[in-house]
Amino acid sequence: MNPFNYHKPSSLAAAVALHRDAEDPAYLSGGHTLLPTMTQRLAAPSDLIDLEGLTELTGIAAQGSVLSIGAFTRHAEVAASSEVRGALPALADLAEGVGDAQVRNRGTMGGSLANSDPAADYPAAALALNAVIRTDRREIAADDYFRGLFETALAEDEVITRIDFAVPSRAAYEKFPNPASRYATVGVMVADFRGAVRVGITGAGPCACRAPAFEAALSARLAPASLDDAELPAIDFNSDLHASAEYRAHLVRVMAQRATARIAAGTD
Amino acid sequence: MNLSLTVNGVEHSLDVPANTLLADLLRSQLRLTGTHVGCDTSQCGACTVHLDGRSVKACTVLAAQTQGRAVTTIEGIGSPDDLHPMQAAFRDCHALQCGFCTPAMILRAIELVESGSALDNRTVREGLEGNICRCTGYHNIVKAVLTAGEAMQEQAR
Repeated sequence: MNPFNYHKPSSLAAAVALHRDAEDPAYLSGGHTLLPTMTQRLAAPSDLIDLEGLTELTGIAAQGSVLSIGAFTRHAEVAASSEVRGALPALADLAEGVGDAQVRNRGTMGGSLANSDPAADYPAAALALNAVIRTDRREIAADDYFRGLFETALAEDEVITRIDFAVPSRAAYEKFPNPASRYATVGVMVADFRGAVRVGITGAGPCACRAPAFEAALSARLAPASLDDAELPAIDFNSDLHASAEYRAHLVRVMAQRATARIAAGTD
Repeated sequence: MNLSLTVNGVEHSLDVPANTLLADLLRSQLRLTGTHVGCDTSQCGACTVHLDGRSVKACTVLAAQTQGRAVTTIEGIGSPDDLHPMQAAFRDCHALQCGFCTPAMILRAIELVESGSALDNRTVREGLEGNICRCTGYHNIVKAVLTAGEAMQEQAR
């Protein structure tokens, strides 16, 4: 790993100021993408700004129809949280399936969303649960947030502070994990907001997306069969050694149908 | 940079470069070579240690991130004369062949048992997803964790 300057600011304002003044800085959250990238020398920031301990980025609060989660909350904390389990069990289930136990003990929700890996789990939830991504300077609707491969609406020096999820009447997440990495080959969250259904998809294309035709079909009738002939989202499906584009397109429908089946069976 | 942390109950104050990984601090500076580095990219889990009681991959944690915290390595779990129940179960169940992954398996398995979740073949396999073994086929590892789980829960009663 190349040398860098390590900073541990005591306030969010100080973190952003350090970022502004450094030559080629990076924020450090859980580090479970950034640090392996640095050990392989695929990234060599001049300065690492550690966000751990910033109070603006911590805490979980369920307030009526919104579940607000601090960006530094680790996946294991999301999975174990009684607030999350109570308000949004599908999100706790999703967190419990991220990576492996050691990854969940370090990786954070804000870090995952800021990185926007095409196969990460949280982006599907952010879209399906109509999340508002709060930063040090503004609020961004999840629908406006994901822009492309590892590309988001965030400015270079912008820090995610909290993620506010809308609490649906019911929701479920189904993923087809890569057996080695546990990343989503395809993952789909279906969320029912009193008859208005939202569908968030990850792993399929360059970044997470919604499926308008799926949403219309499920809003008309919430049953797996509604998706039999529904049009797939118009995206460039990923193709790699793990799955062809055709296979991923197939998985999108199957995962959406499985999530719908779980909701319809009333188990979520 | 100056770094203070506790490793296996012993306080250390060290001067380390900022780009030191926890795995390198433990192995090269503190000579605790029971923590193994297999892949260096947080996939194999052979470098698993406890950080404040939670299992983490030491190749994907900066030494700087352990400031003021407590690290436990395999050297702090038991000794040849006084094995931890998990170590004893790995020996009794023949849960290792080459042994490279074993210290990390044991540390992760201890956290899994201590988490209090119900243990069966499926939950143990899921719980060990972050630890790769290339020799045993996992069968005896699962058996050892279930055996030690019972012994540890018995002890806790």
